[in-house]
Amino acid sequence: MKKSLEIRSIRKSFGSNEVLKGISFRIEPGEIVSLLGANGAGKSTLIKILSGAFTEFEGEILINDQLANINSPLEARSQGIETVHQKINEGIIAGLTVAENLLFDRIALGEISRIASPSKMVQESKKTLKELDLDWDNSILKDDVFNLGIADQQLLLLARALSNNPSLLILDEPTSALSNAEVVRLFKIIQKLRADGVAILYVSHRLGEIDELADRLVILRDGVIQAIQKKPFNWNSALHDMLGLDLSDSQFGQEEQRGKDVILSIKEAQVFDESRPWSLDIRSGEVTGVIGLLGAGKSEFARALYGVEKFKSGTLEFLGKPFRPSSPIDAIRKGIFLISEDRARDGILEGWSISNTTSLPFLQRISSGGILNFGNETNLAMSMIKRLNVVTQSHRSTVDSLSGGNQQKVMVGRWLMQNSRLLLLDEPFRGVDIGARREIAQQIRDLVRAGNAAIIFSSDIDEILESADRVFVMVEGNIMFDAYLSDTSRSEIIKRMSEVA
Amino acid sequence: MNTRTKSTSGIEYAARDFLVKYGFILVTLISFVLFFATQDTFRLSTTFFSMLKYTSVVAITGLGITFSMAVGGLDLSVGAVAGMAVTLSAMTMVVYDKPAIVAVALVLLAGIVIGCINAFLIVVLKIPDLLATLASMFAIMGLKLVPVNGRSVSSGMMMEDGSTAPGKFTDAFLKIDGGQFGPIPYAVILWMTLTVICWLFLTRTIWGRAMYAVGSNPEAALLAGIRVKMYRSLAYILSSLLASISGLILASRIGQGDISAGNSLLLDSVAVALVGTSVLAMGKPNAWGTALGAFLMGVVITGLTIAGFPYYGQDVVKGSVLLLALVFSFTLSRKKSRFISAV
Repeated sequence: MKKSLEIRSIRKSFGSNEVLKGISFRIEPGEIVSLLGANGAGKSTLIKILSGAFTEFEGEILINDQLANINSPLEARSQGIETVHQKINEGIIAGLTVAENLLFDRIALGEISRIASPSKMVQESKKTLKELDLDWDNSILKDDVFNLGIADQQLLLLARALSNNPSLLILDEPTSALSNAEVVRLFKIIQKLRADGVAILYVSHRLGEIDELADRLVILRDGVIQAIQKKPFNWNSALHDMLGLDLSDSQFGQEEQRGKDVILSIKEAQVFDESRPWSLDIRSGEVTGVIGLLGAGKSEFARALYGVEKFKSGTLEFLGKPFRPSSPIDAIRKGIFLISEDRARDGILEGWSISNTTSLPFLQRISSGGILNFGNETNLAMSMIKRLNVVTQSHRSTVDSLSGGNQQKVMVGRWLMQNSRLLLLDEPFRGVDIGARREIAQQIRDLVRAGNAAIIFSSDIDEILESADRVFVMVEGNIMFDAYLSDTSRSEIIKRMSEVA
Repeated sequence: MNTRTKSTSGIEYAARDFLVKYGFILVTLISFVLFFATQDTFRLSTTFFSMLKYTSVVAITGLGITFSMAVGGLDLSVGAVAGMAVTLSAMTMVVYDKPAIVAVALVLLAGIVIGCINAFLIVVLKIPDLLATLASMFAIMGLKLVPVNGRSVSSGMMMEDGSTAPGKFTDAFLKIDGGQFGPIPYAVILWMTLTVICWLFLTRTIWGRAMYAVGSNPEAALLAGIRVKMYRSLAYILSSLLASISGLILASRIGQGDISAGNSLLLDSVAVALVGTSVLAMGKPNAWGTALGAFLMGVVITGLTIAGFPYYGQDVVKGSVLLLALVFSFTLSRKKSRFISAV
C-alpha cells in the first residue's frame, strides 16, 4: 500500500540539550528524500523517533495525513515503517542461520514456529529473497549467518525489512560496508522500490550516492532544517548549509605560518581498496589540516601514520629516512604522537586518575630503572593541568569524572608534555567548548612554532580554518585539494569537499 | 529521561562507602575475633601458623591469578600447573634419584615454559584467554600422567621392571613445607615475600602499571605506546611460575607424587583473587587483597573445622565468602568494578 509520511514540528531534548528544534518535512509515496547533516546535526535522533526507538518527543507524525502513534519499534513496523540501521551487528542475530535471520521478524511474532523444519525455513526465506533478486542457494541459507560477508549481511537486513512490505523505508548509511559493485546492485533495488511507490528516507555522507538517488534533499544542522533542495542539487550551497554558512572568508583566525622543511613524505599512499594513490609532503613549522566528511578516510590516514593500521600501498619517509611503523611504539619513539578520535574508546581508562592517565605514554620518563617515581608523576600531571587549564579538584580525580571538554584537554595535554616532532590530532575538538578549543589550538600553535609539525584531522570546516595553515581536502580516500589557507577560501574548500570522487 | 528520582542521604552514602572500603577487612577481623573468643584450639599459636601454612598454597596460586586478571584475562591452567609440579618433582627425585635443587629448578623451568605456551596460544594464535588456558589445563593434566603411567609416584615404589625406585623425597625438599624459621613455617615466609614482591611489581613499576592499563582498556593502552602483547605474555608467564612455586610447596607437604594434587586449587585461587579485588574498594586485582582474601578463607575454614563443622561443608563456606565480597564490589559499590567483564 502506498503511503505518505509527514512530520510536523518535531522537537526532542536530552536534558537541557535540544537536539531537534522543530523539524517538519514530508515524503510522498515513490519519493526518495535524502537527509544530510554533519555529526550531531540530529539525524540519528530523527531516525530513532521515526523507527519507534524514542517515544518521548514533541510534534506529530502523520501517515497518509492521519495522526500516527508510534510507541515502539513494533508499532512503527505495523504502520509500515521499516528501518535498516547503520550498525549491521545490531540487526544480525549471531548463532542463527541465514534463513532464520531473514525470517526473524516473523519468528519473533510467532508467525513461524521456532521449531519449523529447516527446509520450510528455506522455502519461506526464498520468497523473501525474490524481492531483491538475490538467489542464495540452500546451503547458504542453512549456513550460520556469521559466514556471510558484511555486504551480504547488509543485504540480508534489507531483505528482512522488505519482507514486511514497508510503505516507508529508512536507510541509514546502507552503503558504508559495500563495494562499488554491491552499491550498484543496492541502487537498482532502491530504484525498483521507488517505482513501486515506497517512500524512502536515505541517510548518507556520500554525496555522489545522494546525487544519483535522491529526489529531494533535506539539510539538517544543529537540529534545524537549513534548506530543502529539489533535483538538480546545488552541492556547493548544500555543503554551506550543512557545515554552517559563514561567508566572511577573510577571518581565518591567527596569522598564517608556512613551514619550509619537509618532515614527513608520503609517497603513493592508498587509503581504501578503491581509492587512488596520492603523494604528500608534511612540513614542520606549520599546521596541516585534513578535512573530509565522515568516512572520507581521515582516521585511516592518521592511524596508518601511527602504526595502528597500514596503508593499502605506499611508502613513508620521516626526516629523510624510510619509516615503516608496525605499532604505535615505533611512531612514539620517533616523536610521532596520535590523539585519537574516540576518547572514550581509545583513550580513557575507566577509574584511572588524571595523573595515571597523563603519565601512561611516558612511563619511562617518570621512572628510573623501571621503578615509578610518584613525585615525578604528580609533577607531570600538575603541569599538564596548569598548562591546559583543566578544571578539576585534584590530579587524583578520575578522568571519567571530568566534563567532556576537560577529558579532551587531558587526552590532548598528556601528549604535549613530551616533545613531539609530528603531532596527529584526530577530531581533537569534538565535544569541546569554544574555550577548550582555543586552549588546545594555542598549544598546537606553540608546538609548531618550536619547529615541529602537526596534522589536524577534522570534518568541521571552522575548526580547520581556525587552527590550520594549510589544508588538504579528502573525499572517499582521495586527496582532492591542497592549498594554504591564504590562497584559498571557505567556499573553495566546501566546493572541493562537494566534488564527487 | 534524566530525571533523578532516587535521593539518597549523605549519611547513607558515607556508610555505604565505608562498608565498601573496609567491609571486607571488618569481616575478616570479626571472624578472627569470634573464633579466637570461642574456640580454645584456635587460640594456639601453632594453629595460627599451620593455618597460614595451609593457606599459602592457595594464596601463592592466587597471586598468579592476580596477574592474569590484571591484564584482563584469567589463567585456568594454574591448578594443573601446580599438579604437574607435584608429579614432576616426584619423578625427578624418586625415579631419577636427583637432588632437591634439580627438582626445584626443573619445576620452575616447566612453569615458565607452560606460561610461554599459554602466552603463545593467547597472543600469537589469538585464542581467548579462558579457552586457551582451559585447553592447556586439560593438556597438562593428561600429559603429566604419561611418564608415570597414570600412577602416583612415591618413595620406594615398584618400578615397571620390578625393581624398587632408587630415590626418595629428599629431606631438603620436605623442608620447603615442613621447615620453620623460629615459629614461622618457610612456606609462610615464601608467601609473604612473594606478596611483597608482587605488590611492589604491580604498583611501583612501569611493568605493573602497564599491565593494569592493558587490563583496563587494551586499545587505549596500545595507542599510548604500551606493548600490549608483551605484557599479556608476561602476565601468563608469571601466573604459571607462581603456580609452579605453590606446586612445590604442595609436593613437599604431600611427600609423594599424588596425581590428584592441585585439582581443587584453581577454583580456590580464583576465589581468593576475586575476593581480593573488593578489599579497600580497589576494584582491581591486587597482591595484598589476594593475600587477605586467602587469609580470610583460611580463618573461616580453620575456625569452622575446629568448631566441628563437617569438612564437606567447606565449599559452601568458600562460596558464601566469595558472594559477600562480590556484594561489596558490585552491589554496594557506587563505582564500577572494571576488570570482571573479562572473567
